[in-house]
Amino acid sequence: MTELKNPIETEQQEWRKQQMQQRLKTWLTIFSPLCLLLIWQFLSQSGLIDARFFPPPTAIVSTFIELLTTGELFQHISISLFRILVGFLLGVIPGIIIGLCMGLYAPVRHFISPLIMALMPIPTLALLPIILIIFGIGEVSKVVTIAGSVFFPVVINTVAGVISIDSIYLDVAKNYGANRKDFFMKIALPGSLPFMLEGIQMGQAIALLTIVAAEMMGARSGIGYLIWTSYSAFLLKEMFVGLILISFFGYVFSLLLRWLQRKLIPWR
Amino acid sequence: MESKPKISIEQLTKVFYKKENSVTALENISLDIKDGEFVCLVGPSGCGKTTLLRILAGLENQSSGNFTIQKSDQNRPNQSMVFQERGILPWLTVEENVAFGLSMRHLPKALIKERTTYFLNKVGLSKFAQMYPKELSGGMKQRVSIARAFANDSEILLMDEPFGALDEQNKYILQEELLSIWSETKKTVLFITHSIDEALYLSDRVLLMSAQPGKILSEMKIELPRPRKLEEIRSNPEMATKFLEIWRHLQVEVQGSRL
Repeated sequence: MTELKNPIETEQQEWRKQQMQQRLKTWLTIFSPLCLLLIWQFLSQSGLIDARFFPPPTAIVSTFIELLTTGELFQHISISLFRILVGFLLGVIPGIIIGLCMGLYAPVRHFISPLIMALMPIPTLALLPIILIIFGIGEVSKVVTIAGSVFFPVVINTVAGVISIDSIYLDVAKNYGANRKDFFMKIALPGSLPFMLEGIQMGQAIALLTIVAAEMMGARSGIGYLIWTSYSAFLLKEMFVGLILISFFGYVFSLLLRWLQRKLIPWR
Repeated sequence: MESKPKISIEQLTKVFYKKENSVTALENISLDIKDGEFVCLVGPSGCGKTTLLRILAGLENQSSGNFTIQKSDQNRPNQSMVFQERGILPWLTVEENVAFGLSMRHLPKALIKERTTYFLNKVGLSKFAQMYPKELSGGMKQRVSIARAFANDSEILLMDEPFGALDEQNKYILQEELLSIWSETKKTVLFITHSIDEALYLSDRVLLMSAQPGKILSEMKIELPRPRKLEEIRSNPEMATKFLEIWRHLQVEVQGSRL
């Protein structure tokens, strides 16, 4: 006769096994970028790939520290972050307001949506020459470029968010006598928030893409400028520092927005 | 002293018009409901009972005819509706949902808090006040919906199959709770259902509706003493006859609408 096992013990073992697997997944996520860096380091140092084009990560890190100590890098980063932040807000806020209005009022939606559909396919970067003519070479032109590209995904997602609100919630609001302002704040805004935040997440990615290109074309500072001038002078280590910074900030912004999403939509 | 009816509906007709086609959902509905009366509207699905309720709730306009709801207090809203499932707002906590009607009327915060707490307690959800609806079961969600309607303290209550999606056990428990809150507040209730048992258990009067065009065919008084018990209704021979009567009527209507 086989001995009966303690049921709690069995489940406990099972639970431990699941915990282990969970931890393994976390480690795998951290491990993959590390793996890439290690392979890169090895290939570059052993001469299997050309170290002039792909300097080993350790060399990039020391260049990074060098640039940091001279204070040059800090300046580039801060000006880029400033442009991203201001441009992002200038795109997101009107995007939300116009999106809510379009979602709530059908005439507004029908009036504006052809304009949006026609303007959206034009890359904001293709408009950069015009933007430079209108707003000059200063900060305004970069901020406007970013705002322009962030605006579209936000506005489109906000409209979709409002339209997707279950009609029963509109009935509830009407039945309990919500006035226009309450309807906006208590129904339309929270109801469209999940879609809206997806749009903002997309906008964030686009803002990073745009800032680099905009700074390459018409700026005297910023991460994009750093990348471009380093490339022109064949200072590839410096160029890589710029590239890695962009990827780092993209990652940080995504995490921040995910956090914001959890804070703003606790009811999901 | 015989007072004016709380709700009086006169010759109410609703026609839906779409692409050269018109469907008469309600035809010449005339109806009086007394103050404090609990009336159930029973009919086959698609007979326009929800349409009638939505017109009274101000969510839809009648094509012709009139209705009036007698006011007892100028500051009171005319009606509050208990919707079918999914009627509570997922982005508000249980407490905020119950307070919804009151906060839409911008009443003083202390009053809102007091009434909300009272009705949360009544439906047994005090412990869940700070939770979001996603954490509640179907029965608890409908309790929130009922508490919200009662807390709003309107002249009449409209209920659109509030227990339709619940399992049997939950349904009985909620019906009992509804009756106990109702007997305290003495609100006038118009309640839609397709469950005959529910209608017999809850109401003072049952109205039978026909389908397309929706008309009120007959009415039936349920003169059982309150508080009622479900077992009593099940074992009462008179109620059994009434059950069968409604049952036959519904059968005929359903058969008729198939042709």
